[in-house]
Amino acid sequence: MNLLLVVLLLPLAGFLVALAVPRSSPAASRYWAMAVSLATFVASVALPLWFDRGAAHEQFTVDLPWIASPEIHFHIAADGVSLWLVLLSTLLTPLCVLISWRSIQSRVKEFFAFLLLLEFGLVGVFLAQDLFLFYVFWEVSLVPMYFLIGIWGHERRIYAAVKFFLYTMAGSVLMLAAIIYIYNRTQTFSYPALVDMLSTGRLAFSPFEEMLLFLAFFVAFAIKVPLFPLHTWLPDAHVEAPTAGSIMLASVMLKMGTYGILHFCLPMFPGAARLCAPWIATLAILGIVYGARVAMVQPNLKKLVAYSSVSHLGFVVLGIFSFTQMGLDGAVYQMLNHGISTGALFLIVGLLYERRHSLAIADYGGVATAAPWLATAFLITTLASIGLPLLNNFVGEFLVLQGTALGHFNWTVWAAIGVILSACYMLWMYQRVFYGVAGDEVKAHVIDFKPREWAAVIPLIAMMVWMGVYPQSFLPAVGKVTAQVLEQTSINVPFRVQAHPPAAHTQTEVARAR
Amino acid sequence: MPANLGPDTIRFLPETILAVMGTLLMVLTGLLGGHGSKLYGNLSLATLAAGIAAAIYANAHAGAAFGGMLMVDGFATFFRVLVMTVGILTVLPSYGFLARQGAETAEYHVLLLFSIAGQCLMAAANDLIIVFIGLEISSISSYVLAGFFRDDKRANEASLKYFLLGSFATAFFLYGVALIYGATGTVNLTAVRAALMGTDAPSPVFIGVALALMFVGLGFKISAAPFQIWAPDVYQGAPTPVAAFLSAGPKAAAFAIFLRIFMTSFESIGSMWEPLVWFSALLSMTIGNFAALLQSNVKRMLAYSSIAHAGYVLVALTARSQVGTAAAMFYLAAYAFMNVGAFSVVAYLSGKGERYQNIEDFAGLGQKQPLTSAMLSIFLLSLIGVPLTGGFFGKFYIFKAALESHLVWLTVLGLLNSAVAAYYYLRILVMMYMHEPSEAVDKTERLSPSLRAALVLPAIGTLVLGIFPGWVLNFAGKSASLLK
Repeated sequence: MNLLLVVLLLPLAGFLVALAVPRSSPAASRYWAMAVSLATFVASVALPLWFDRGAAHEQFTVDLPWIASPEIHFHIAADGVSLWLVLLSTLLTPLCVLISWRSIQSRVKEFFAFLLLLEFGLVGVFLAQDLFLFYVFWEVSLVPMYFLIGIWGHERRIYAAVKFFLYTMAGSVLMLAAIIYIYNRTQTFSYPALVDMLSTGRLAFSPFEEMLLFLAFFVAFAIKVPLFPLHTWLPDAHVEAPTAGSIMLASVMLKMGTYGILHFCLPMFPGAARLCAPWIATLAILGIVYGARVAMVQPNLKKLVAYSSVSHLGFVVLGIFSFTQMGLDGAVYQMLNHGISTGALFLIVGLLYERRHSLAIADYGGVATAAPWLATAFLITTLASIGLPLLNNFVGEFLVLQGTALGHFNWTVWAAIGVILSACYMLWMYQRVFYGVAGDEVKAHVIDFKPREWAAVIPLIAMMVWMGVYPQSFLPAVGKVTAQVLEQTSINVPFRVQAHPPAAHTQTEVARAR
Repeated sequence: MPANLGPDTIRFLPETILAVMGTLLMVLTGLLGGHGSKLYGNLSLATLAAGIAAAIYANAHAGAAFGGMLMVDGFATFFRVLVMTVGILTVLPSYGFLARQGAETAEYHVLLLFSIAGQCLMAAANDLIIVFIGLEISSISSYVLAGFFRDDKRANEASLKYFLLGSFATAFFLYGVALIYGATGTVNLTAVRAALMGTDAPSPVFIGVALALMFVGLGFKISAAPFQIWAPDVYQGAPTPVAAFLSAGPKAAAFAIFLRIFMTSFESIGSMWEPLVWFSALLSMTIGNFAALLQSNVKRMLAYSSIAHAGYVLVALTARSQVGTAAAMFYLAAYAFMNVGAFSVVAYLSGKGERYQNIEDFAGLGQKQPLTSAMLSIFLLSLIGVPLTGGFFGKFYIFKAALESHLVWLTVLGLLNSAVAAYYYLRILVMMYMHEPSEAVDKTERLSPSLRAALVLPAIGTLVLGIFPGWVLNFAGKSASLLK
């Protein structure tokens, strides 16, 4: 039995069984979800152990015919990037189950069933090697998230859920059109086959064609990332979602967009990607600064974290479109970092909400005296989020900025403003929430971590430190993939590579990485 | 099956069974009176099941019948089985529905059977006169069915409107047939095709007018814009299971003759009718989806959505290819399951006198009736076009066929349309799961076995078409190539 198949299908099987759990015993649903998500995590931990890190190609491939005409395959495989993103999803799902243990009291069965279905969809998105299958998972992951926000969210949950669904749907229909178009041109949905055809020159798009296809894919991904100015669904969805929904949304779902750009847009449409890079980088930088500035003035904790995501994801996009080895490595690393640290931020904010029943920063103050351990954990997370050395985000941001500087130093200058701003809004928020004199409400309700909550927080903090101190555990596998992506993007535009002086860096770096 | 049946008789068996059993039911109601309502339902279910078996048997003896008036091929069999399946899915929720309205009569089932017989005839027709006869048998029964609750003002309005507009449409169609006969001297579709492709083809103006007139007639039957005005009123006024039937059965049969006529006889002059269908497809999708956004009555909303879905199928027709024909056939099958299923939930929820038809009445259904709302969710997600449902694959095949025929704009606009459509289907999902239970939901009775079947069967159909589309698609693809 293929390990990847186990990791993918366990949550699905868990979802189907969860539907059959009697409604009368919510505890059974909780334990079942915990057991399934833990088993999935354990199975996925074995992936990197057996993963051949020296190889750039996809591994653990499963390729089964699904539909004969048009030829669609159930084709999944993991490479050095999707491996870690799958692990991120499988790590966060059990933590989400833990964190929802008490806070979800109504329709418990459905909640945990949807959470497992969501895990299935997310893992599938990162593994699919067939464009059609990718689209299927892309849309399937939308449905459980829609219900998670809409049923268990806060006051404006319905508005947020519908907005989230429609934004994603509107973006993805054009991607579907592009996928069909590519199939009609090539008679295949297989991503490796397409990349192979492109690199051997058996398939070539005209520049106009390539640009339209690139945009069709890119818009779908950019909405998901979200890239400024397509981000307006995000603050609503994050603020209204239940804690587990916010965590999965921020930590994993947004990565579907950046993963898509890296995995599909760059290798398949390199010419258009390079042509659009300055524009996209501009939007990314705007997003970095805009997200940070808006986060600064938020009176609502969750909204602040949500806007900080807009800012952080801007770095990822910037790194991808720097077209340098370091930039791409940093972008991928930053995807993982953001998943860990923002997941932890949402998690602890959710715990604060459970205690104080408010998300307004003004309602807090002096939490550090009432709950010192909670304050410590939040401080570590905050410092990780603003990029303190030895914690994870520093590595990612540094690589992105360094990579960008190789090609476009002025981009780096502008993006670095975001780093400074992030320290401003995060530390200011920390000061207002945790320092000062504790009010009566805070004293009465805000208590420190319970064992269950410790269990949810500790893995994330451990990951922050590990990823900050020893990125070499993760980066080599990433580097193999990004080097290949870079090589792929240079194939169809040789004149460009030679014309730009900075591109020389790219080539040497690619050589080094290989 | 006795061996001495001639091939013509075998090929005509489904229609024969339906007509004979329908007549028998009429006699039976005279003998039994108002009693035995369950019996009528059971008998019509058995008839339809026998009809499906006969259609499959007839397919084993495929070929022309009655001197080329009927053409029993895979295409005909596909649509025969489809309309009879729609019939079964209509009868199942009708048990409880008719009992609640105190209208358990045999006439209901008789009319249904006759209407389906007409549609089977349409599916197999290879002659414009037979098409016309089938159309009339199907339509006249439907007009009566739409006004089945004769004391209800809306039902009366629905019936009258349907009858008047339907008659005009049929007349238009007949004018078209007359012109074709005048121009080519034949009403046989194969012969018309030969005449149009021949060296002494009649004047294109003449044919163009005939074609336009037939397009108007058929456009009405499939509720394509700009001939869609009747649909919302009729669907809203008609008894809900009948509305479900009207939105799937007659529509599928009308699409069958649409495909048969336009893809065989008129195939050679495709460039003439392509802009017409292109325009109608876009208009249907746009009008249907945008009007549905504004509806608060679920039946009306589903009516507008069915206009939009007719538009999607027209996109497949615009592609003018075998792939397009197969896509249209697949879509109609998926559409029949999801739409009839959704209407069945409305029929179940609407209560006595069909009082509860508004979106608000669905509030909290998810808490009180988890199975019903799970099934409705499947239908709605399929109507939206979420993967792993039949509706998604249907759309996928349609737009794939359209792109193959280089209809890039129609594809892009159609796909954007389907994103707009998501909004109004989501409204029902929102009501079901994200609001507190309403009065209507509190009053629902327990699911009867027949109703349970009426919900679960189409849901299974929708999922099977979504996960294993190959089974139906292969058959559709093979049948589409038989057309000529």
